[in-house]
Parts: sequence; structure tokens; C-alpha cells
Amino acid sequence: MKHKLFYFLFSLIFILPGSYFLIRYGLSLSVDFTGGSLIEFSAAANLEQLRPLIESQLEVSSLQSAGDNDFLLRTTVIDQTQHDQLITTLQTSFTDVNPIRFETVGPTLGKELLKKTLVGILLAAGFILSYVAYRFHDKKYGICAILAMLHDTFIVLGVFSFLGVYFGVEVDALFVTALLTILSFSVHDTIVVYDRIRELGKLFPKLTYTQLVNKAVTETLGRSLNNSLTIIFMLLALYLLGGDTTKWFVFALLVGTVSGTYSSTFTAAPLLVLWEEIKNKHTNTSKVL
Amino acid sequence: MKKPLLWRLLAILALTLLAIIIDLPGSVSWRQKIPFNADLKTGLDLQGGTHLVLSADMTNIDPADRPTALESVKQVISRRVDLYGVSEPVIQTSVIGEQSRLIVELPGVSDVNQAINLIGQTAQLDFREDLSNEGPIDYASTSALERIYNFKPTGLTGKDLKLATVSFNQGNSAASEPVVSLQFTSEGAQKFSEITQRNVQKPLAIFLDNQLVTSPVVNEPILTGQAVISGNFTADSASQLAIQLNAGALPVPVKIIEQKNISATLGADSVKKSVMAGSIGLGLVALFMILLYGFNGFLADIALVIYGLITLAIYKLIPVTLTLPGIAGFILTIGMAVDSNILIFERLKEELRAGRPYAIALELAFGRAWDSIKDANVATIITSLVLINPLNFSFLNSSGLVRGFAITLLIGVIISLFTGIIVTRNLMRFFLVKKD
Repeated sequence: MKHKLFYFLFSLIFILPGSYFLIRYGLSLSVDFTGGSLIEFSAAANLEQLRPLIESQLEVSSLQSAGDNDFLLRTTVIDQTQHDQLITTLQTSFTDVNPIRFETVGPTLGKELLKKTLVGILLAAGFILSYVAYRFHDKKYGICAILAMLHDTFIVLGVFSFLGVYFGVEVDALFVTALLTILSFSVHDTIVVYDRIRELGKLFPKLTYTQLVNKAVTETLGRSLNNSLTIIFMLLALYLLGGDTTKWFVFALLVGTVSGTYSSTFTAAPLLVLWEEIKNKHTNTSKVL
Repeated sequence: MKKPLLWRLLAILALTLLAIIIDLPGSVSWRQKIPFNADLKTGLDLQGGTHLVLSADMTNIDPADRPTALESVKQVISRRVDLYGVSEPVIQTSVIGEQSRLIVELPGVSDVNQAINLIGQTAQLDFREDLSNEGPIDYASTSALERIYNFKPTGLTGKDLKLATVSFNQGNSAASEPVVSLQFTSEGAQKFSEITQRNVQKPLAIFLDNQLVTSPVVNEPILTGQAVISGNFTADSASQLAIQLNAGALPVPVKIIEQKNISATLGADSVKKSVMAGSIGLGLVALFMILLYGFNGFLADIALVIYGLITLAIYKLIPVTLTLPGIAGFILTIGMAVDSNILIFERLKEELRAGRPYAIALELAFGRAWDSIKDANVATIITSLVLINPLNFSFLNSSGLVRGFAITLLIGVIISLFTGIIVTRNLMRFFLVKKD
């Protein structure tokens, strides 16, 4: 744990720019959260030709290309009749116009989902914190595990804020699912390391806490890497070969898995050592006084 | 070989065979005889169809009666959907704060307009008599409002209806025109004959949701309890009206607040890609395990295959509605399922390094790894339960996609505990005995 400052710095390299993006731009939320309409259609046309025509009819939030002759259009809430009118208009001007998808979410529903999401994350985090604290009889484990979990959350949120700015990637209900899964994976991995620290503590009562943590990290590193690799194999396959619908969902899981693996060894464990050092310094100074 | 071990192995084998039988697709002829669902249930995102969220306007309903009103909205809409001929629709109610909602999923329905018209109409039918007593009204000189005021409800409504059917009437023009024929209940027929008796040579108006549909003049009293509504129907709109009348009127007006329609090709394409991705990922994981742990890795792969077979069987038994995120969840759990094996094998290596004989090291590894495995998986189980929201708390998510993912995650964790520990352990013991 000599290099723990270096580990924390390494995390900061990712967290700081991510936080910058989050504060500056936030996340680009999908219609699931904001309310509005999403129309996917195909047409033998390009963006420059489509834009003026559509803008003359509807209040367009964004119009993007989504692969060969496929387009994604986001607007304020419109109904089926307005949607059908748009398609008819497009069909008179271009060939091969086909509607693929039409989604409308009322604004109240969006706000509700946002609230539910936050409650869900807090609830899951709360339960996990209590479980870890209960199993390890010490709140420092629970708190450090949650800190590592927040570390992973920030990294994923930062990455998606960045992707939102430069690639128009939106955060939707599925992203929330990915985030919660990452939370549980992050804790899952951290617990394995902590478990080993506890076990070694019983076996080698003479070792200092730092030595214990070092030993535990070395012993669990192989397992942690191997397990993450199997998950990464599955996710990579899904990302590269799976459908477009789940692409960003899988990407979020992928970022989270990598970050979760790093954090359980290089954030969660060093945090424990730091905690112990600060506590000792505190008791030492109070002794001197 | 020790007897209990043999029995356990046989039990695992039997379970695997059972899972294989359940997993067989419905296309295998004798599979049809087994009473479990032959085919996996697929969600809206895979089959294509329409997803609607309706909000019921409860302003005129006493708060105490709102749950009943919402329930009857659900029943009426279910009847309409059934009469329309949608297989396996999902219709759920949800009350969030002051808002009463209905979630309607119609697999295979691609004509959204038709679905919306069918579901969204209140379909309040009533017969009204003319107040003016001046014979047929001149439509050109009266406004729509005047027409409503000119008529008085007779008390004969859609509730007195026994059956509505579509038929074709030879009208004045040569072409046959679709009309809706009504058959009243005996009570309704009684009312209808009284109304027609006192209104001979006067118009009798038929209103639907306070809109005048038609106002034919009564030529002679009708005692048979049969009537015909004609009024510029197309074949589709006539059959829709017939469905709405048969299913009954909605007690309160509803409004669409969310709609999604997904084309079936999008789903089929995604499934194909996901299955492909899953197989390749599975192959990589299996290879990785063999490269890392040799023969033990191979045993873990066998356990992984058993994991896949049992999981699929459970999906069919419950049944789990499979969605795209659900498939992603299943594929993710394959990666996670070998985790317990990795924990155990790493542990085994350590115990062997510590100089313990293989048989003892094996038992120690399983015993000691169990603590970590248990604690680590509890976190995943907690998260998936929060996502599934089994008690339907209104403050938590209940979206089908999120649930679909979480359910496969939960099932995956539980079954992987079984295959990763019990199955692998017994397999390893078996080959250990063989070695000796």
C-alpha cells in the first residue's frame, strides 16, 4: 500500500474530467426522463434535406443519423396524428420512407422516473451498506465499500456525460439499470477483498493492518482479474455483436466492470489503510497531548 | 465410490435431463405432451407491438370510488382488446399519487391508430328524443350545440344492449353500407318499444360520447328490440364501434400519456445478434477457464452448461417474459456464474501451495470460499430485488424492461450458486475418487 497516493491520483485522472463534464454539461437525458417524442424512420435522404422540412412542421429537439438511411428525431410531445402527418409529408418528398419506431412520454412520467431512479439507488446503497457493516462488525468497511461504489458511479456518469456531449449518447431507463448493476458488482468485488482481510486478521494477528491489507490484495488480485475478464468477455461480445438497442447499456456495464475491478483493489483497500492511519495519528496525537 | 456421492451425481444428472426436456422447443412433436410452456415468453420489444400508458380522468369520481372505477376501466379495456383479437395482452393498473393509470401492452398490434381509437373511446351510447316536436330537424340551419340541446335523454343507453354486430345495409345507393345492428336486452327492448311508440314520425337520435351519430325518423313502433345505427361507417369503424359497444362503456374518460411502438423486425434482428454474441462470449469464457485451470476448468464448464440449461428451464416454468435487457442480463450472468468457481479454484491453488493433500485442499477450498461467495452475492440479490420491486411500491421503478433485466439477474445469481458450488464440487469429488 506504499503507492496508495498514486492509486488515488490515477482514479482522479478519470474522476476529475468526468466531474467537470457532469457539472458543465450534466447528462443528456432521454425522453424517458424529460418527456417528449422519439421518432425513428428510414428515408432515402440526408440530414440537410430532412431538417428544413421537418422543422417547418414540428418543434425539433434533435435530428440524428442512425446508420444507413435511418434517422432519429426527437421533438416535444406529439400525438399519433402529427406523427402520421409527418410521415406522409416525408413520403411526398422522398422515396423509401418507412416509420420504424414512435415513442411518446408525457412530461410528468419523466419526472416520476427520475425520482424513482434516485430512490432506487439510495435504497440499494443503503441496504448494501447495512449488510456490509453487519457482516464485518465495523462501519469502516461499510463506508469504504460505499466510497469505492461512488467512485465507480462517478466514473460511469462522467463517461456518459462526455459521450453525451460528443456523441449524442442519451441516458435512459436502461442506463439506470446498468448503474445499479455496477453498484452491486462493485460491492461484490470489494467484499471478496475485505473478506480476505478479515480472515487473514484471524490467522496472522501479529501483522500490522497495512501488511494484512497488502497480503489480502495480493492474494485476491488473480481471482478479481480472472472473474472480471470472464464478465468482460461476455460484455465485449454483446457490445460488438449485439443489437443497437442494448449497445450503450452494455457499454455502461463494461465501463463499470473495469472501474469496479480497479476500485475494489486500488480504492477500497487503500481507503481502509488510510482510515486506519488517520485514526492512529489521531490517537497518537491525543496521547502526546 | 462413496454412496452419497453417487446419489448426488445421479440427482444432478436427473435434474439436467429434466431441464433439457423442458428446454426442448415446441417444434419437437412429443414435447407438446409435456404440460409446461414449450416456448419462451417474449416481451413487447422482441415481438413488436404497441405499449400505451393511459391516464384516467377521475375528477368527477369520489376518491373512495376511484379504485373500483379504475378496475372497471381495466375490465372494459381488457374486453375490448380480447374482442379485437390480440393474443396475450398485458393490462395493468397503477396508482401514483393522485394519478390513476393503466398500462396496456398489445403484442403484434402495429396499427397504433386503430389501437388508440379502440381503447381511448369512452363509448357512451344513448338514445335521445326530439324536444322540438317539429318533425325532422334541418341540419343545415342548426349548430352541433343546438342539436345536443334539442334532444333529451330517454334513459335507454348502452347498458340496455345485449349485442352489437356489424352488418351491411342496402341503402338508397347501390353500394352496400356497413351499419351496426343492435339487439337490446328484454328490459331494453321494453324501453325501446315505449320510446318508439311515443315518437312515431319523429326523429330519435343516437349519441356516442355526446356526439350525434345519426337521427333516423321512427316510421313505426319497434317491438322486437332491434335497431340499426347507420352513419357513414367504414367496415373498420363499424366493427370498432361494435367492439366498444359489446365491451361496455368506460366509466371515466382516458387519455394517452405514453406510447411506444416497436416493429417486430427490430426485435428479431436484435435477438439473432444477442444469441450470436452470447454463444461467442460463452465459448470464450469456457476456453478461458480451461486455459487457466485445466481439467478443473473443464468441469466448471460442464457446470456452466448445466447452469444454462436449468436457467432456460426456469424461464419457461415461471414463466419469465424475455426482453432484450433480459437476454443481456442472462448473458451477463454467464460471466458471473463462473465467479464462484474462480474463487474456489484460486483458493484450491493456495491450499495446495500450502502443502495440503489434494482431497483435503479441495474440501478446504470449498468451505473457505463459501464465505466470500455468500457475502458477495447477497449484494447482487439486494440490488436485483430493488430493481424488480416485487411488492410494487409506487416509489420504485416498475418498468417492464428494468424488471426483465433484474429478474434474469436474480435467477442467474441463485442458480449459479447451485451449479458453481454443488455441481462443481460433486464433479470434482467424483474425478478425485477416480484418480485415487
